[in-house]
Amino acid sequence: MIKEYKQHAVNGHESAFLRSGRMFRGFFVKTVSFVGYTVQYGCIAHCAFEYIGEFVSCSGPSMEPTITNHDVVFSERVSRHLCRIQKGDIVIAKSPFDPKMNICKRVIGLEGDKVCTSGPSDIFKTHTYVPRGHVWLEGDNLRNSTDSRSYGPIPYALIRGRVCLKLWPPHSVGVLAESPNGGRIL
Amino acid sequence: MAQTGFGRRYFRAFVSGFFVAVPVTVTVLDRLAYVARVEGASMQPSLNPDGGSSPDVVLLNRWTVRNYQVQRGDVVSVLSPKNPQQKIIKRVIGIEGDFIKTMGYKNRFVRVPDGHLWIEGDHHGHSFDSNTFGPVSLGLIHGRASHIIWPPSRWQRIEPSVPSDRRPLLNWNGASDDSNDD
Repeated sequence: MIKEYKQHAVNGHESAFLRSGRMFRGFFVKTVSFVGYTVQYGCIAHCAFEYIGEFVSCSGPSMEPTITNHDVVFSERVSRHLCRIQKGDIVIAKSPFDPKMNICKRVIGLEGDKVCTSGPSDIFKTHTYVPRGHVWLEGDNLRNSTDSRSYGPIPYALIRGRVCLKLWPPHSVGVLAESPNGGRIL
Repeated sequence: MAQTGFGRRYFRAFVSGFFVAVPVTVTVLDRLAYVARVEGASMQPSLNPDGGSSPDVVLLNRWTVRNYQVQRGDVVSVLSPKNPQQKIIKRVIGIEGDFIKTMGYKNRFVRVPDGHLWIEGDHHGHSFDSNTFGPVSLGLIHGRASHIIWPPSRWQRIEPSVPSDRRPLLNWNGASDDSNDD
């Protein structure tokens, strides 16, 4: 009788210990799987933003009237990785003087192209050739844009993506307009 | 029946493993560390000291350059400004604001513009570097070479060091002249 009682006590003690151990293990497994899923989805998000495309909110007047202040655009990164950027595309690039800042401009010339470095109202036209591995970028708002006319051609590798869709504001959703000053693309 | 069930389960396990392994690998290579083989003689004698017989493999730390912070003497890999598909590995000689005495560039003295670096190979005259194409933008930086990991006999950490005759003459910004003291 006493022996049996003792046995029971030991059993009870053991089961409580096991239960707490199982609870701890369940908590541990939950934490690890949560961290694992976070890492997995973070990595998938990184790959999507890095290799497919991202949403960008534009600010500043340099691309008016094609893109106005606070417009949201979608920039795809496939054509940059495949080197399919063409003349007339609008691209998002890292600023050559501040890599943390992005600029949104139109590609006027690719490597080897002849571009016009003077403004539209200048009397004397000056021309130059874009060096190898570089692109010539200009804003659509030629009067109010800091672009390749002031700092020269920028390396192709600074381009982050090609703007292909405008998503906001709602009345102008869709593909972007052609350059208003098409004569700049020689 | 059992065969198809096994095949389907195997296929599902493969797909789920694939969707974990590929994004994680790509993210680690993009954000944390990258491994690359050094080709060419431009960084002799620091890298590839005995020519092309056993090219060095370096570990590029991409986490430390996420905020575009480098110091003089670091060995960095940069996307080539002449060919966007190519990466070049050079030593940082000057950071923004430094006055550099160039070797064969069109100007004899250059002030490195804001957001730019002056990079040179250790093997002068056999290197395609800033003396050819001028200062490079910080946005082109790819990683900082931190270790040589192959061949095993050359396993070592790469310490930042500026050659004594390539110190900047003057820093216009006066901000970080840590390597000018000695």
